[in-house]
Amino acid sequence: MRRIRTYHEVGRGEGAGAGVPEQVQAQRQRLEQRLASIRRVIAIASGKGGVGKSAVTANVAAALAARGRRVGAVDADLNGPSLARMLGVPRDPLAIGAEGVQPAVGVAGVRVISMDLLLAGDDAPVRWKDAGEGAESVRQSAAETSALREFLADVAWGELDYLLIDVPPGTDKLGRVLELVPRLTAVLLVTTPSEMARHIVAKSVRQAREAGVPAVALVANMTAYVCERCGHGSVLFAADGARRLAAAAGVPLWAEIPFDPRLGLATDRGEPPVLGMEDYAAARAMHELAGHIEQELAGGVPG
Amino acid sequence: MKFLCVGCDEVMSFAERQLPGDGTMAAIFACPKCGREVAMLTNPMETQLVSSLGIRVGGREVPEQPMEVIRSQLAAGREDAFEDDVASAAAGKVGAAPGAAARIVWSDDAQQRLANVPGFVRGMVKRIYTDYARERGIAEITPAVMDRARRDLGLEGM
Repeated sequence: MRRIRTYHEVGRGEGAGAGVPEQVQAQRQRLEQRLASIRRVIAIASGKGGVGKSAVTANVAAALAARGRRVGAVDADLNGPSLARMLGVPRDPLAIGAEGVQPAVGVAGVRVISMDLLLAGDDAPVRWKDAGEGAESVRQSAAETSALREFLADVAWGELDYLLIDVPPGTDKLGRVLELVPRLTAVLLVTTPSEMARHIVAKSVRQAREAGVPAVALVANMTAYVCERCGHGSVLFAADGARRLAAAAGVPLWAEIPFDPRLGLATDRGEPPVLGMEDYAAARAMHELAGHIEQELAGGVPG
Repeated sequence: MKFLCVGCDEVMSFAERQLPGDGTMAAIFACPKCGREVAMLTNPMETQLVSSLGIRVGGREVPEQPMEVIRSQLAAGREDAFEDDVASAAAGKVGAAPGAAARIVWSDDAQQRLANVPGFVRGMVKRIYTDYARERGIAEITPAVMDRARRDLGLEGM
């Protein structure tokens, strides 16, 4: 059999090739340059759906901004975007300047990018142009990864103290963020006391640790149900999964946030309760979480 | 991705990319030693897949535009999601470099064709055509210039 040189045996400068690695490298460099002006990048994820990641992201973003921090928020949930609404972002056109796409600005000055700002109509699902040939899932995955890269790299974030990334459910989605931002400052994993949440979020804990993220912490959401009449807290989940996960995995639990329907409604209206409803237990817990983030991540991006 | 001329043991150089307009692509590579040419042909799915990654086979003729993949690949983009390209619009105004966009005229036919481009991507497309014309000293953008730019720049899906 003839001996033909392999790809790796062919020298880098030998022939122009298709230019693919060079373009991928250029994309990475652009992303790194953009993130260089951001002190801390925090992924707020779970692995489990319906645990309140976006609400936690919106409230923590607003709470940090209320402390005078410069905060950006990326809605990485491309197919179920909610962050822009939760942060009260108007649907004005996004300006494109020499530095890139100007982010929308929400409550407390939080800079936001979300697919919700780009879709035609409230009920429009994310659809990519049809390429035919019956390989849409492969195509969709590639397009979504590129879209998230563009959210991070092509938005003129400017100088930020914090960039929060609201990661949709699924460990694969956290993996996508870890690949794009290998130097994440922290991963906050939102969970509930339920055993099912513990089972699923444990996978994300392992994933974040194996990726070498310097700070991995849990946020227990819906730890109690707060009566909107008397303010009394009742058990919502008859389990202790969040604390058990923290103990078993040796992961710190940075917040325990009760569920209060009034705060949920406020967040859905684009009025994060950390701004103006600070007396409520859930809002206080969100503020304490913001304080914890400030304290634990005071050093910014580790070397 | 590289192509090796087996007979010469030479890496072939990218020569040309062609977009026949049916969603497929042909990328031509040539051996610098013997001159032999081969064409890599991709079907619409393969062509779109590469585009979805923000990659141009053979390299880029124009720099990647902000949110290029989203703007060129999203099927249901909001018409007024983006303001018309601020950087492009600013060219030719106060402080702009001499010879910038102000001198480039769009013919009526070209304007009409541009108006048919969805608003979601129109600003980016306009900027690319304007830059193309400026770099080549073209004073008026006509449909023929747009066709040539599409071909030369490999504007898949725009």
